[in-house]
Amino acid sequence: MGHTITEKILLKHTKAKEIHPGEFIDVKIDLCLGNDLTAPFAIEEFEKSGAKKVFDKKKVVLVPDHFAPAKDMRSANQCKVLTHFAKKYGIKNYFEIGRMGIEHALLPEMGLVMPGDLIIGADSHTCTYGALGAFSTGVGSTDLAAAMIRGEAWFKVPESMKFIFFGRLNKWVGGKDLILHLIGNIGVDGARYMAMEFCGETIEGLDMDNRLAMCNMAIEAGGKNGIIAPDRIAKKYINSIKKRPRPGKGKYYSSDPDAKYFKVLEYDVRKIEPLVACPDLPSNVRPVKALRNVAVDQVVIGSCTNGRISDLRLAAKILRGRRIKSNVRLIVIPATQKIYLEAVAEGLAKVFVEAGGVFSTPTCGPCLGGHMGILAEGEVAIATTNRNFTGRMGHPKSQVYLSNPAVAAASAVKGRIAHPAEIV
Amino acid sequence: MIYKGRVHKFGDDVNTDLILPARHMVTTDKAELARHCMEDADKNFAKKVKAGDIIVAGKNFGCGSSREHAPVAIKACGISCVIAESFARIFFRNSINIGLPIVESKEASKEIRNNDVVKVDTKTGVIKNLKTKKKYRIGKYPPFMERIINSGGLMNSIKKRTA
Repeated sequence: MGHTITEKILLKHTKAKEIHPGEFIDVKIDLCLGNDLTAPFAIEEFEKSGAKKVFDKKKVVLVPDHFAPAKDMRSANQCKVLTHFAKKYGIKNYFEIGRMGIEHALLPEMGLVMPGDLIIGADSHTCTYGALGAFSTGVGSTDLAAAMIRGEAWFKVPESMKFIFFGRLNKWVGGKDLILHLIGNIGVDGARYMAMEFCGETIEGLDMDNRLAMCNMAIEAGGKNGIIAPDRIAKKYINSIKKRPRPGKGKYYSSDPDAKYFKVLEYDVRKIEPLVACPDLPSNVRPVKALRNVAVDQVVIGSCTNGRISDLRLAAKILRGRRIKSNVRLIVIPATQKIYLEAVAEGLAKVFVEAGGVFSTPTCGPCLGGHMGILAEGEVAIATTNRNFTGRMGHPKSQVYLSNPAVAAASAVKGRIAHPAEIV
Repeated sequence: MIYKGRVHKFGDDVNTDLILPARHMVTTDKAELARHCMEDADKNFAKKVKAGDIIVAGKNFGCGSSREHAPVAIKACGISCVIAESFARIFFRNSINIGLPIVESKEASKEIRNNDVVKVDTKTGVIKNLKTKKKYRIGKYPPFMERIINSGGLMNSIKKRTA
């Protein structure tokens, strides 16, 4: 019996000679990650355990990105826990303000993620790295503590679901729309505990930023990981990274033709138009066209889903030479310092500011109701982020709609949810 | 183990932002996290909970963020056990890792009502609704998880293994 790409990576990282879905295994990890919200708990457990050192100074990554740059004194204290821990145990991959970025944009960009890796992170969107052909999944703080000590984690081998996308993408449709369509189709628990494998001719033609956006939201369907078999696009992405901190070029796995799947679903992307997930579940998906009467107070373009350079270019395409509606707040957040500099060099930052928006330093900030754009009671936002749960961006009686960057930018111009074609 | 308490009933897809809003993730103080448990769903939830009480919810309980603060807040506010039709995977492993008892039963999740008093016996694998007298079967944990649970969580289980 053949194996899926996910099974092959798990098998490579465990002592077991053979694995089957449903079995429990201990695996060696290539990298583990924590942030300013989840690492303090892990560090507390680490210290309590009496551990004297981390298993590998190069394989622990700490990124203060959620409530950083520190939004208040208590957040500052949380960030300080990371700084101290990094110093005390000689953590090589600690990213201080000025060098940090949103973790799931930063790690691939820094060359810390390689195809074939097994990565865990105390952040649910760690599934993002599957876009590079790694097995990567979110865990909790205690898992992170244990991983920092032993370099291992426990897993149930997941069953796999295959999602085949075919056809040519419509204009203004990207990876975000594909994943929203999928989540709308199977629901927020449609892939619970499953490995989600994205493939087909459409995926093969997607650039890395769009692939990262898709794998990022695997968790929103309940998935354990999202994964795309690494190909020449992944290779080109890896090769473009200067001064890679990891030796080697990674391992390029793909699923066997006779691998077993729990379910195989096919999507004709020619039928997919720009989509919006309405409050308060990512599965509550409707076409943009059906929501043109929804007025918005705030537009957020950024996050680990859509804060990459191609996302900003797309938003700028809509906003160039235009002003946003006078009663709307536009907040644009490049995901990393590199993306920030690129956006400045390409004149995108100028486009956003001249349109009437703000251009922020990298942070997860508003996505999870942290800072940099919290919603007041009754306010409505459209955001390129990944969650629209009750109170996610602020007041429990505020609302969040999710979309791709072009739709978000168009909505800022119109002051209501808008299709990019209404503007350009 | 046996857990007995009054039921607090919730619906489907209760997410971790609802269980513990991110704005309170500025501390690792468990008592403080407990005070904010479920506050966006019910402002007085933490005050209403009496030690031993039980949460009964629908499918996909704990979906969303990986924050361990969510099961920690539930445990620290006095909830002894969570019964749901199903759990989201990170919430599930976090609960196992920190020693918050969670059990799955579709029937129990559907039929048990708010304020009922129920008894969960994880050894015999039975949930009993003391009000309606109805019993529900729960599956056993796989031995791998049982080891973690019986050690009192992942960190203790590691200590035992490496000792």
